[in-house]
This record gives sequence, structure tokens and C-alpha cells, in this order.
Amino acid sequence: MAGITGKDAVLSAYAAALEAPKGRSLTQDALRRLVANKAALVSVFVLVAIVLIAYVGPYFLPWAYDKIDWSSIRKPPNFDKGHYFGTDQNGRDLLARTLQGTQMSLLVAGVATAVSVIIGVVYGAIAGYFGGRLDAVMMRFVDIMYALPYILFVIILVVIFGRSPVLLFVGIGCLEWLTMARIVRGQTLSLKQREFVEAARAGGAGPFTIIFRHILPNLTGPVVIYATLTIPEIIITESFLSYLGLGVQEPQTSLGTLISFGAPVAEAMPWMLIAPAVFLVAMLLCFSYLGDGLRDALDPKDR
Amino acid sequence: MFGYALRRVLTAIPIVLLTITICFFILRLAPGGPFDGERALPPDVLKNLRAHYNLDQPIWMQYFIYIGGVLRGDFGPSMVMEDFSVSRLISIGLPFTLMLGFTAFFFGTIGGMIAGALAAVNQNRWPDYVLVAIVLVGIIIPNFLMANLVQLGFGVYLRWLPVGGYQPGSMLHLVLPVLILALPHGGRVARLVRGSMIEVLGTNYIRTARSKGLGTRLVLMRHALKPALIPVVSYLGPGLSYLLTGSLVVEQVFALPGIGKYFITAALNRDYGLVLGTTILYVFIILALNLIVDVLYAWLDPKVRYR
Repeated sequence: MAGITGKDAVLSAYAAALEAPKGRSLTQDALRRLVANKAALVSVFVLVAIVLIAYVGPYFLPWAYDKIDWSSIRKPPNFDKGHYFGTDQNGRDLLARTLQGTQMSLLVAGVATAVSVIIGVVYGAIAGYFGGRLDAVMMRFVDIMYALPYILFVIILVVIFGRSPVLLFVGIGCLEWLTMARIVRGQTLSLKQREFVEAARAGGAGPFTIIFRHILPNLTGPVVIYATLTIPEIIITESFLSYLGLGVQEPQTSLGTLISFGAPVAEAMPWMLIAPAVFLVAMLLCFSYLGDGLRDALDPKDR
Repeated sequence: MFGYALRRVLTAIPIVLLTITICFFILRLAPGGPFDGERALPPDVLKNLRAHYNLDQPIWMQYFIYIGGVLRGDFGPSMVMEDFSVSRLISIGLPFTLMLGFTAFFFGTIGGMIAGALAAVNQNRWPDYVLVAIVLVGIIIPNFLMANLVQLGFGVYLRWLPVGGYQPGSMLHLVLPVLILALPHGGRVARLVRGSMIEVLGTNYIRTARSKGLGTRLVLMRHALKPALIPVVSYLGPGLSYLLTGSLVVEQVFALPGIGKYFITAALNRDYGLVLGTTILYVFIILALNLIVDVLYAWLDPKVRYR
């Protein structure tokens, strides 16, 4: 074809010399937006720092979280003895305990969020995909659960299953999946009308293959956003339970427990309240900013 | 709408029954009981106690005895606090908790609406930034920490308000607890109002109202406020249940004589009767309030039609 007028050859040479337009994937687009959001970016760095300090820090401290220093009980910060944040009512190093409590909060955040994501996503996807009467019943159940005072159920669960941290986390996760289920259902309702789902169905895929292979991968964005927004809720719930004395058991501790011991004596010994409170609030703020930033970056309404 | 309300009441009955059933069996099947103490009781005493509270009967029998009692408004005896019936303990604590919760609900909702509307009208100017920051602090800082901080600030250092406790008729004792309960609730309301108000202010009919020469205040009051408040109404139901459970911690921190304190002690002591009674009551109250909110929603938003 080329060479009749010579024009094609010129044109294709010209086209080859042009730089190919760079396509941006949706993920790249979202990342760029996230990086542009200063609050979210700072939050990521602070969170990474908190995780590192909580898990690596204890190896560099002179005192373990359960070690009692009989010579300094309820003492303010003392750098010579290595109690950088002071000591608690039993003479244990407060920095070490705060870090241990932070680990506990991060662990809850991980386990309980994973549980709530799994339940919420599967529940929402099934309700949304099958629709009709099943959907109506399943969503009505979610509405009812929304209205119930779930913290009472968490307390009952904790009392019954003992103070095992793992059960506590799973219990919290089992009760925090409602919003996730609603969001996933809404997205599934619109996704199942799309051509690729129809194509999969025409190809003979069963409903669960379609849900897990074709619908769930398209839900990653909203699921990540709401998982990030669930984390602070879960951390608050755990610290709330620990504050009431229903959380992990001694000598292990959690930020809520530390605050509950520090608060009554905060006038005379403020360091016992300040350290855990600062860690807790910093973590909650960062997760909340990060969640908002992710939502702004990934929300399809914004595009 | 009356038919709708009636159907909602009818669906609430199985929900309450289901909650009772689930809680009953979870509590009974769990290891440990109300008579586990530091010292084991003599077997004969234990046997008599168990017979007294019907614990020696088969579990399904206990269940029917309990349901029968609840239907007659009798929640049974408290198993740990001797000489008290659950109904009596509830009637001591509940009025206070409800009073606290509703006061906080009232101030939080109104305050949140005003703050949200102010922030939306001044979007991206300093009142907006200040309000958004306050709202964030109110939502993010857990209420037990906030309670301790205001206790320290206003009670211990400034000595403006009592640190805790309650004397009947004393308003001052309620200021801090109500503030702590109202803050996160008001914050969530403010967030919702701000978001929806910004959306409403961008619509065409607001522009029309402005262009025909209506003043800002009139546009806001007559055209923008009502549609902006609709998402708030749907939040009020869950918000109420947050408030009632939030008062668990507030009652604990401020040493207030509400039902929340009993609930925590009862759960720790395996006082089945009291835990069940309180839970049932909470579920009942919250379902009733949700129903009211839904009916209110239909009245506010003509687009909502109940079939």
C-alpha cells in the first residue's frame, strides 16, 4: 500500500519519530493524587514510623515491658536509668509498655479489619449479585444490626470467651463488617450489569466463579478505602474495652489499659497519661487522614 | 404511612425475640457462672442456689420460664446483687441514662447542624477550617480519653465544674458528661450537614433563588436547610445507639448512677439476669427510636415513599 504517492512513507516516518503518548493507569492516577495530598502523605510516613518504633524499638530499650524496676516506682522520666517516659505504678518502664500497647493496637487493627473485610465483602457481594428476595432479607438484617448496640455484644463475647486477645479481635471484626457489606453490595449491583460479567456468564461461569473472579477484583478500590476507615473504629473499640478492664490481661497491656491507669493519677503523674494518649491519638489521626486521602484519590465520583 | 409504621412494629417483635434467644443461649452455654467465687460454695448451698434460680432445670425449660417472665414484664432476680430484681435495678438506673443520652442527643444534633451549616456557608475560609478541625478532634479522640482530659482541664485545673458524681437537681454535674457524649455525635452530624449543604448550595434552584434577589439568609433558611438536613435524619438512628452505648464509658468515668455501670459489672460477674435485661431493654429502646426516625424521614423527604 505504501509508496503510491510516497505520502504514507513520510507520514509513518513522522509518526515513528513522535513520542508515544504516555497512558496513565487508574492506579497511577490515584497514587499521584494521594501523593499530592500532603496530610495523607505525612500520615503514611508517621504510620510507618509508628510501626517501626513499636516493633523494632523494644530491642533498643534497656527495660522490657514486664520488667519491674524496684528502685523507681511511679518516677518521672529519668534518662540515667533508661526510663525515657518514666515508670508506672508497678515500676515498669512506660516507654516499653507504651510500645507494647501500640503493638497490640496495630495487631487488632490488622486481625479485626481482615475479619471484617472478609465477612463484609463476601456478604455484600452475595447479596448484591443474587439480588431479589435474598438481597432484601440480607440487607434488612444489616439494617437491624446497625441499630443494635453492638458494643454490648462485644462485651458479652469478651466476658464469655475470656480475655484471649485473638478471640477479642475476631469478635470485634465480626461486628464491624456492616458498612463494608453495604458498600460492596452497592458496587456489586452496578458491576453485575456490565458486559464482562455477561460475557463470563455466557461462557458458562457459575455465580461464585463470577463473584470471586470477576466482581471482587473490581471492588479493590472501595474495599481498601473503607478498610482504612474501619481501622480507627476498631482501634477505638479495642482501647475502649481495655479501658473498661475487658481487654488483654497483665502483664501484656494495650493503650486503652495504660490510659485507664494513667488518667486517675494524671494530675500528680502526667507522664503516665501523656505517652499512651499521644501514641493512640497520633495513630487514629493518621489512619483517618489516610482513609480520607485514599477516598479522595480513588473515589470514582471525583473523576 | 400508618400501615408502614404498623408493619415495622410487627417486624420488631421477632427481632427482640431473636436477640433475647441469642443472648440467652450464649450466656448460658458459656463456661463459668454467677456463683463462681474465690471460695467454692458447699455443694448443698450451691444446689439450693441453683434450684432457687431455676438453673437446675434443662436449658430449654429455663428459656421458656425466662421468656414467660419477660412477657409479663418481669426480668427475674439479679443473681449477684441479692435482694434486687433486675426490673428494680433497671428502674433505678435507666431514667438517668435516658436523660443523659437525650440531653446529649439534643445539644449534639442542634450544635452539629449549626456547625455544619456555618462551615458549608464559609467553605474554605477560616470558620470552615476551625470547625472542621474541632469536628475531627471530636470524632477521633476516643470518648474515654476526652472525658479524662476535660475532667482534668475543667475540673482539676480550672475548678469550674465538678469532676464527677451527681446530685439530683444539679445541672453543673451534667455539663461535662453531656459535652463528652454530644461531641462525637455532633461532629458526625456536622460532617454530614457540611457535605450535603455544600452539595445543595451548588444546585440550580439555589442559584435561581439567589438570582431572583433573595437575601443570603432567606435562601439558606427557606431553600437550602431542609434538603441539606435529610441525610442527617437517616444518621440519627445509629447515632442514638452510639449515644446510649457511649454513656457506658461516660457513666464510668464521671461516676454517674446510670444503667451503664450496672451493665459492665453485671457482665463481669456473669449476672445473667441483669445482662439480659439491660440488653433487651437497649434493643427495645433503639428499635423504637429508629422507627420514629424513619417515620420522621418520610415526613421530611417527599421523595421517600413507603410501600
